Amino acid sequence: MPSDARPPLAAPTCPTEIAVELADVSFGYDRRRPVLTGIDMQIPRGKVVAIMGGSGCGKTTILRLIGGQLHPQAGRVTVAGQNVRDLDRDGLYALRRKIGMLFQFGALFTDLSVFENVAFPLREHTELPEELIRDLVLMKLNAVGLRGAWQLRPSELSGGMGRRVALARAVALDPMLVMYDEPFAGLDPISLGVVGQLIRKMNDALGITSVVVTHDIYESLKIVDYIYFVSAGRIVARGTPDEVKSSTDPFVRQFVDGESDGPVPFHYPAKALAEEFAHAG
Amino acid sequence: MPADTIAFVVRRVGRATQSSIARLGFAARFFALVLYHSPAALKRLQLTLREIYFSGVLSLVIIVVSGLFVGMVLGLQGYDTLNRYGAGDSLGIFVGLSLVRELGPVVSGLLFASRAGSAITAEIGLMKTTEQIDAMEMMAVDPLARVVAPRFWGGVISMPLLAALFSVMGVFGAYIVGVRLIGVDNGTFWGNMQSGIDFWPDVTNGIIKSVAFGIAVSLIAVFEGYDSKPTAEGVSTATTRTVVGASLAILALDFILTVFMFRGAA
Amino acid sequence: MNRATIDLWVGIFVTIGIGAIVFLALKVGNLTSLQTAPTYHLEAAFDNIGGLKLRAPVKAAGVVVGRVDVVRFDPKTYQAIVGMRINDGVQFSKDTIASILTSGLLGEVYIGLDSGGDTVMLADGGHIAKTQSAVVLEKLIGQFLFDKASTGGGK
Repeated sequence: MPSDARPPLAAPTCPTEIAVELADVSFGYDRRRPVLTGIDMQIPRGKVVAIMGGSGCGKTTILRLIGGQLHPQAGRVTVAGQNVRDLDRDGLYALRRKIGMLFQFGALFTDLSVFENVAFPLREHTELPEELIRDLVLMKLNAVGLRGAWQLRPSELSGGMGRRVALARAVALDPMLVMYDEPFAGLDPISLGVVGQLIRKMNDALGITSVVVTHDIYESLKIVDYIYFVSAGRIVARGTPDEVKSSTDPFVRQFVDGESDGPVPFHYPAKALAEEFAHAG
Repeated sequence: MPADTIAFVVRRVGRATQSSIARLGFAARFFALVLYHSPAALKRLQLTLREIYFSGVLSLVIIVVSGLFVGMVLGLQGYDTLNRYGAGDSLGIFVGLSLVRELGPVVSGLLFASRAGSAITAEIGLMKTTEQIDAMEMMAVDPLARVVAPRFWGGVISMPLLAALFSVMGVFGAYIVGVRLIGVDNGTFWGNMQSGIDFWPDVTNGIIKSVAFGIAVSLIAVFEGYDSKPTAEGVSTATTRTVVGASLAILALDFILTVFMFRGAA
Repeated sequence: MNRATIDLWVGIFVTIGIGAIVFLALKVGNLTSLQTAPTYHLEAAFDNIGGLKLRAPVKAAGVVVGRVDVVRFDPKTYQAIVGMRINDGVQFSKDTIASILTSGLLGEVYIGLDSGGDTVMLADGGHIAKTQSAVVLEKLIGQFLFDKASTGGGK
């Protein structure tokens, strides 16, 4: 259970009502093939918002746009009132210190121990004395239930444990915004439940804003405040979990019910069947 | 038909040349950035020391053993050839010059490229594949300063030391074969060597060469790792490119440096 | 692999690396001789320097006392002017003879200095008047054949 008492590292609470906004954003790695088109998204402060969609539809690209790793070809990405594109290198680094990110499969530094991994942002960005760093690291690990594992190496952790350590590292500096890239990918049911509960409780206890990119519908419906559905680079549906569960939109229904065919087709575009097997006649 | 194929070939060559030049430009900018971040990396001495350990200390075994064998072969073959002209007593100077000027820096450079260079490339490439580099960037830590520069300097510092060790082991190997086994006079062996090899230019030029090779190998290794495609295949391609590229660079640099250094002595 | 172990091994590695460089400098090369001694300059003119190269040793009584540091051609006298750096503390008389010699049959070419009896010593920038040019093998053989021909022809 994350403690309610906030550690001495004063976190920058989000100064604006809308933590992150994407206004009519379009982006493509390759000019000819846009990955995202006309994305409009508002993520209010203190809420947990999920971005859902099939694989390869641009969900992770949205996270990179928010973090400033990519710049949109059209439109505007605003974080805490600042346009990300306008930031210079120092400004961008200052912004990133206020954002925590949990990468798919954790992305822990394999040459460091669990303790060193969580201590990494503290060592790099603060001048805190060793005793204080030790206390902070153990507190963060305690919040995710892994205080006893501080000496282990990433290679000795199970998938779920590694994910939790990465979560502790993501919140080490008490960020104002935490982004999760497929936090539920490849986890067993118990770990799924643990990670989902941690995301929600961290968000509420630390007063942060969370953006969760995932395609796990069941866990998301349990913990998030709002959902955006992305398909083929566009937002095709949006709503609260209740709205989504009772939605009649065919895309949402296919997604929620797990139908193999629907607005997202089963077959990859190909020749007509008769044409393909014509010679077999 | 022929016109089509010619056009096709020309277009392919043109595109390949353009992308190679673009890559060269990127590599040059990368090198400049690595140098720019180096003071920060050297201030974090622990990081660089760790890389010296992984590049240098872990290469000791192969360098020492190879040096010994190369020296022993030089001793055998050298004596066989020299003896035909009654110059068997010159074995010491023959072995010493060959090692200090050429074989020491070049062979240890090639060994270093395959052992340490490929390891550095694979490590950085793997960090890229598992998103560790991205994670660092998103935590506002420049990976060039924290991951790349220490590995670059670890290589540059290790290379001259390894080259010197190789030469010493080579001389020792030749001594064992020449003096102990074949029976060349001990005093003649060392005496001729000392009178024939000068600290300047022979030993110092060997050191300069090994530093140049160290820079080339380390730069190619970190660049290929950083530029690799984040897949298993990408990392494999990158390590191959490191070993091949660094080896060719060493041999080419060796020729260029030898022309400049020893042109006046002949 | 903790810090202490890494530091220890890196320390050992750097020490033996530098030790190897020092070994090469002293034992394999000849760093201890000459490099830092103060020197003065002498000149000598030769008709033929043979295979004398820059940095060739200058020996007196077989001991290296200096190095050749410049070789140039004088278009007026058609002679080779050789400049040498001699160790301070080794003085040569004005009537010293400078000869170009070869150590052994196929060895390196060097300058040998034979000091004379004059009481006046050469100073920095001094000029050695008496010189003996290199023995050029072809001329020697030609001389031998000519001598042989003349004595044989006399029979």
